Amino acid sequence: MTLLGQFALWAAFVLGLWCVVLSFSSRWQGRPDLSATVVRSVFAITGCLLVASLSLWKGLISHDFNMEYVAAYTSRNLPNAYIFSAFWAGQKGSLLFWAVVLSLFASAAQLLTPRRFAYLMPYVAGVTAAVITFFVSVMIFAADPFERLVFTPADGRGLNPQLQNVGMVIHPPMLYLGYISLTIPFAFAMAALLSRRLDTGWIHAIRKWTLVSWLFLAIGITLGMWWAYVELGWGGYWAWDPVENASLLPWLTMTAFLHSVMIQEKRGMLKRWNFSLVIGTFLLSIFGTFITRSGVIASVHSFTQSNVGYFFLAFLVIVAVLSFTLLYTRWGLLEADVRLESVVSREAAFLFNNLLLVGIAFSVLWGTLFPILSELVRGTKITVGVPFFNRVNVPLGLLLLALTGVGPLIAWRKASTSNLKRQFIAPVACGLMTLAVLLAIGVRDFYATVALALAGFVAGTIVQEFYRGVRARRRMHGESIPLAFARLIGRNRRRYGGYIVHVAVLIYFVAFAGMAFKREQEATLKPGDSVEMSSPFGHTYSFTHMGISQYEALNRIVSAATVEVTKDGRSLGLMTSEKRQHVDSFKRPTFEPSTEVGIRSGLQEDVYIVFAGAVNGTEEAVYRFNINPLVWWVWAGGFVLALGGILTMWPGGGPTSSAPRRVQAGYEVTLVGAGKD
Amino acid sequence: MNRNRPELSRRHFLLSAVGLQAPQDSLSGRGATGTLRDPGVVGRPRQPTAVRGDEAEIKALEQRLACSCGCTLDVFTCRTTDFTCTYSPELHREVLALRDEGRTAQQILDAFVEKYGEKALMAPKPEGLINLTGYLLPGGLIAAAAAGLILFITRRKAAVAAASAVAASASPVGAHASPEELERLRRALADLED
Repeated sequence: MTLLGQFALWAAFVLGLWCVVLSFSSRWQGRPDLSATVVRSVFAITGCLLVASLSLWKGLISHDFNMEYVAAYTSRNLPNAYIFSAFWAGQKGSLLFWAVVLSLFASAAQLLTPRRFAYLMPYVAGVTAAVITFFVSVMIFAADPFERLVFTPADGRGLNPQLQNVGMVIHPPMLYLGYISLTIPFAFAMAALLSRRLDTGWIHAIRKWTLVSWLFLAIGITLGMWWAYVELGWGGYWAWDPVENASLLPWLTMTAFLHSVMIQEKRGMLKRWNFSLVIGTFLLSIFGTFITRSGVIASVHSFTQSNVGYFFLAFLVIVAVLSFTLLYTRWGLLEADVRLESVVSREAAFLFNNLLLVGIAFSVLWGTLFPILSELVRGTKITVGVPFFNRVNVPLGLLLLALTGVGPLIAWRKASTSNLKRQFIAPVACGLMTLAVLLAIGVRDFYATVALALAGFVAGTIVQEFYRGVRARRRMHGESIPLAFARLIGRNRRRYGGYIVHVAVLIYFVAFAGMAFKREQEATLKPGDSVEMSSPFGHTYSFTHMGISQYEALNRIVSAATVEVTKDGRSLGLMTSEKRQHVDSFKRPTFEPSTEVGIRSGLQEDVYIVFAGAVNGTEEAVYRFNINPLVWWVWAGGFVLALGGILTMWPGGGPTSSAPRRVQAGYEVTLVGAGKD
Repeated sequence: MNRNRPELSRRHFLLSAVGLQAPQDSLSGRGATGTLRDPGVVGRPRQPTAVRGDEAEIKALEQRLACSCGCTLDVFTCRTTDFTCTYSPELHREVLALRDEGRTAQQILDAFVEKYGEKALMAPKPEGLINLTGYLLPGGLIAAAAAGLILFITRRKAAVAAASAVAASASPVGAHASPEELERLRRALADLED
């Protein structure tokens, strides 16, 4: 199978080069008849990469330990689901995964894009084929997933214990899907620039793709937070690790694009900015891959250090130079149709929103690279950890939250004073009431208080928008409240789906603010010993160590420490936290022992127990107990965000034929000859 | 119904079905009472955690110190998480020793910087040109860009208003045109149409 896999990779490489040359030459030589060949080349590349992928999976499933990749990431006793996910667990497999998914997306783009955008498709095929060819070339020349060993080990090393988690079966593919699908909007942007068709056509063509990328990235990031929380055992879900940051960067710029593209659609403004955002987002996705794979920045998440990173660095520089040069050559053709009329307008609010989102992305990038810059300039190594990122980014995040509430309240073009008063009074009252309640109950943490008060303001804005929409429908159509609510969302999915995403954002912020109040305590307990902790919500938890039991499971020896937990004297039951020593099928240890935390999740707070170790081979256990407030709401926020995103991109949603468009308020149109029949 | 049959929960059944969990077997035998049968599989041996009066201060202090094992976490989080790290327990002992010498939190931080360099801190000190640039540049750039944007929009608005006013004043048909002037204009236009 390795020969077949390698052959398929070479075939994909040659076809990729062919497709790139053909796609551009067919346009420049005026040979539109070659366009069909270009598109078929994309399908052929996809076929080759599917064959290569199946070859790798075949090797994994059949335990072909003569394959270096199979021996490095699986073992005979690895559960089936992880043998399947081992495909993307390592550097080489993940590159193949990236290439095959990108080829599938490229094919989908060719098949699903409406025919009215046919003039863009050969270029789209060329750009996507170029990116695929790059990934395939990295595999062929630097990271061959089909490399054979000179001997065949009796068993493989197995998968890193921290990757043996359901979260790691779904989190990396989600994130990869987000990263990879960013190539499609980039390809359309390049196609528009190359073809000089710079109207809003390319934007309409990529609308669904941008939402898909953004949604996959968001789900991938949230799942990554969940994995870090349940698997890494340090008690939190976000540590501003460079690899975490790398996933956040393109999401921030894509969020900015999703807002600014509305300005271009409605007012014909920000054309250059939108091209820049799409190019920048794609470059950030490649940058993230470079960080993950080069080892230039220390991270607990990164792949093994290798020279693959430098391929990505070179690709990043080449793509940046080519794409921005192309944009520069079309600069004059991208004049705005109209100008901004007022600072107090929806357009300006969107501009400031973009400024903040891109500013936060810059800030995260700056913090991630600052250790390298500092060492270059001063020759001094520094650590840039959580305190730095919190100090720099939390105020910016709060400003962004405030704008999430402000944006929908301001009218397009220019807002009048009376309009502002009418729109702001209820949301501001909500924010102030929240603030008063927080102060009254004794909340004093500055940033958490501001975040929660702003969340109140944003909630007020969203509720007001829905309330007014429902009221208008009830007046016009006499619908019941639930029907009016459902139709309000159904008829304008983009707008109200967007508001649901705003709800998710405020849920995230509330949950993040909750972690300012987390409690943690270390304790060493003999069987029968107890320790008590009070929670930020005023509950008293008691933890009684019951003992440590040891048993064998499929591919590990487990030492499980059991704790009886009570809350305000009421039993919550038993919780266990484990130490796992993974072994191969010959019972030989494969990795250092790993920790499995015990978590009991609730709406108010999570009980989080970490079994840190046993004292000198006895059942006396060292624990860390955490009470983490509002963590459940992070996952709830992710769910709401996914819901809003799906709703936004769901097909249809315009007014039905039975509900004809009404004349815009304030204008009356009389058709010539109307009423004479 | 056979009550002796071991119960299999729905969750365990589903996990077994997808191969994520296999039936568990207890290790045969146990060690002496209160000891583990196989201490070698529980990670590195731990020492009992000493309960100190200044525990909260120690924790706060260690959260400002970076572990040097490459985990990117602070000393407190790393040592209580046990990434099988041998650095953070050692750094913890250093903190306790310095504390027992009667040093203040700042003196302990300074001692760490002196011994391990600035990378011992979780965040660089906000002093010196480079570090201050690190802290202030993102916010400063955003503020400058926002100010520039407001200035740009305001000036453009003023320029557009001024241009409109000029255009209005240069209009051939003023609001104060006399009837004779209007009649002359009408005749001139009629000549042009002919």
